[in-house]
Amino acid sequence: MESLRKHIGKVVPLDRAHIDTDAIIPKQFLKRIERSGFGQFLFYEWRFDEAGQPNPDFVLNYPIYQGASILLARENFGCGSSREHAPWSLADYGFRVVIAPSFADIFYNNCFQNGMLPLVLPEKQVQELFERAKEHESYQLTVDVENLVVTDNFGLKYTFELDPYRQHCLVNGLDFIGLTLQHEDKITQYEKTKQLQY
Amino acid sequence: MSTKRTLFDKIWDSHIVHQESGKPSLLYIDLHLIHEVTSPQAFEGLRLAGRSIRRPDLTVATVDHNIPTTDRSLPIADPISRQQIETLRENCQNHKITLYDLDSRNQGIVHVIGPELGLTLPGKTIVCGDSHTSTHGAFGALAFGIGTSEVEHVMATQCLPQSKPKTMEVHFKGKLPYGVTAKDVVLHLINQIGTAGATGYVIEYTGEAIRQMSMEERMTICNMSIEAGARAGMIAPDETTFSYLLGRKHSPKDKEWETAVAAWKELATDDDAIYDTRVEIDVTEIAPQVTWGTSPGMGADITQLVPNPASFETSTEQKAAELALQYMGLTAGTPMAEIAIDRVFIGSCTNSRIEDLRAAAEVVAGYQVAATVQAMVVPGSQQVKEQAETEGLHQIFLDAGFEWREAGCSMCLGMNPDIIQPGERCASTSNRNFEGRQGRGGRTHLVSPVMAAAAAIEGHFVDIRNWKFNRKEKADGVTS
Ligand code: SF4
Repeated sequence: MESLRKHIGKVVPLDRAHIDTDAIIPKQFLKRIERSGFGQFLFYEWRFDEAGQPNPDFVLNYPIYQGASILLARENFGCGSSREHAPWSLADYGFRVVIAPSFADIFYNNCFQNGMLPLVLPEKQVQELFERAKEHESYQLTVDVENLVVTDNFGLKYTFELDPYRQHCLVNGLDFIGLTLQHEDKITQYEKTKQLQY
Repeated sequence: MSTKRTLFDKIWDSHIVHQESGKPSLLYIDLHLIHEVTSPQAFEGLRLAGRSIRRPDLTVATVDHNIPTTDRSLPIADPISRQQIETLRENCQNHKITLYDLDSRNQGIVHVIGPELGLTLPGKTIVCGDSHTSTHGAFGALAFGIGTSEVEHVMATQCLPQSKPKTMEVHFKGKLPYGVTAKDVVLHLINQIGTAGATGYVIEYTGEAIRQMSMEERMTICNMSIEAGARAGMIAPDETTFSYLLGRKHSPKDKEWETAVAAWKELATDDDAIYDTRVEIDVTEIAPQVTWGTSPGMGADITQLVPNPASFETSTEQKAAELALQYMGLTAGTPMAEIAIDRVFIGSCTNSRIEDLRAAAEVVAGYQVAATVQAMVVPGSQQVKEQAETEGLHQIFLDAGFEWREAGCSMCLGMNPDIIQPGERCASTSNRNFEGRQGRGGRTHLVSPVMAAAAAIEGHFVDIRNWKFNRKEKADGVTS
């Protein structure tokens, strides 16, 4: 997995709460059996009109936000289904960090499986970021995962919290399955002694 | 261990394979259910890493999400859907995994067939690459949805590293009033605590109302735990659970059954065990529910009006309500009962079991679907379908003008050809009313099976409590 130590990127503000995984990647694109190439379908029904043409009113399509790699949104981001196609499509589009006041559990978890950081900041700070992103063209943030700080070029500095183990895995790009397989003897032992027999 | 433990704690503790401080627990997984949509990339990942499936015997597959619900003898028209299903077939064959395929009598929505086949048992840890895995918690199992990377993880190791969630007790006190179903109870709960109300928690449902519910009703409740943000929903097993499981295909048999039941009786939360938080709801105050927005928490009683966005507390919620009304094509102040509908969908892992179909059929019997409405029933599994046909329910639906389909997820998510058209309004017994969930531009209202059935007949929502049943002797079927 790709590691994420420090990320500097352009912010795109998507001012909505409860953005669900059906909005992030609509079901018609879940039929593919590949893991890659989902970025083109990200936010499809908001990004494109019925004829498949880009919707100029959708923020991701604004010329000034092209190349953004940090997504800013409101509470309960990623609610809904467990589809990992949601983080796949965000990552494939180019996002490495999503900032919101809260995330749905499964989505939150899925992000770490893909070297992406779902960054939780208090609502007030998220509001401040929205204002700054609107005020400054090409607003950039630096997200330092090793030191758990977010900074901009105008003196803003927020610290954030992250489970130390998740941080360790993200910073080092660790392979979760490989980590579990280090305990293979214990798994075998569990199967011999404790596993349910029905 | 001397401390008092909850149902959740007991299952968690007994499944820890390895624990290091400051790290997630490594949990053993007793049952891994897989389906066509969230598994192909996991199989591919295994292959690329040169890994194999540790316990194919604890892995069970079916096809449900993307399959057609029309004639099964015809080839699947959409080549990409077909490829996804063929990929699952090949993968199951190569790895010796049991697959309940399209032509199997046991095929169906993964969360319907698990319990039906006795695969879902109390005390088990169960995962599936689908968020509504919470359904299985109705049996006193710890069951939760996972992403595809985790599917691959379980395939390779039969374990998952998990951080321990917090526990929430949701206590439903009182008896369900006439016309109020398990679906209304859970919609009401979500409306009360919000779609993120239980984020980070595993819910245990307790109380008189739960104890009186059948297993199918309990499944409806646990199913929608995820819509309240919960990691899982659980209900302690009792005699209702045991009699449901007795004699099912994979349930323990004979001596093993007795040992199992004895163990299952120990699972209930100890008296005085502490939950991290507690919510109490008086079910006698609940009315039949209809959602008006694009999030399952945006719901109201059938007797209420579409709310004014300005009535919400925070500006974020106000904006969300505004966007929702706009998308739903609704005006604040409209009585819920005046909302006209175009489509009706009775199905999904929330409400497609035999009791749901019986209750809906009672409502429909002797009536005709409104001329403006297109309505369909999609049984949750082939077994449910067979049972319904034995009871003649299909004929009641067909006579009334419903379509009667083969088992699958169907219009719950519209991955297959069953979708609603832009602007169409659907009364649906499923669990999500997100924008575009049932088809681009489609508008979904979540309701119980009896409310959906009545709406199909009248062409708009109606209060089921005032319904005139054509088969009077069975009129109380509405609460079953
Ligand atoms: S019926 Fe709907 S919610 Fe249930 S598993 Fe299928 S798609 Fe998911």
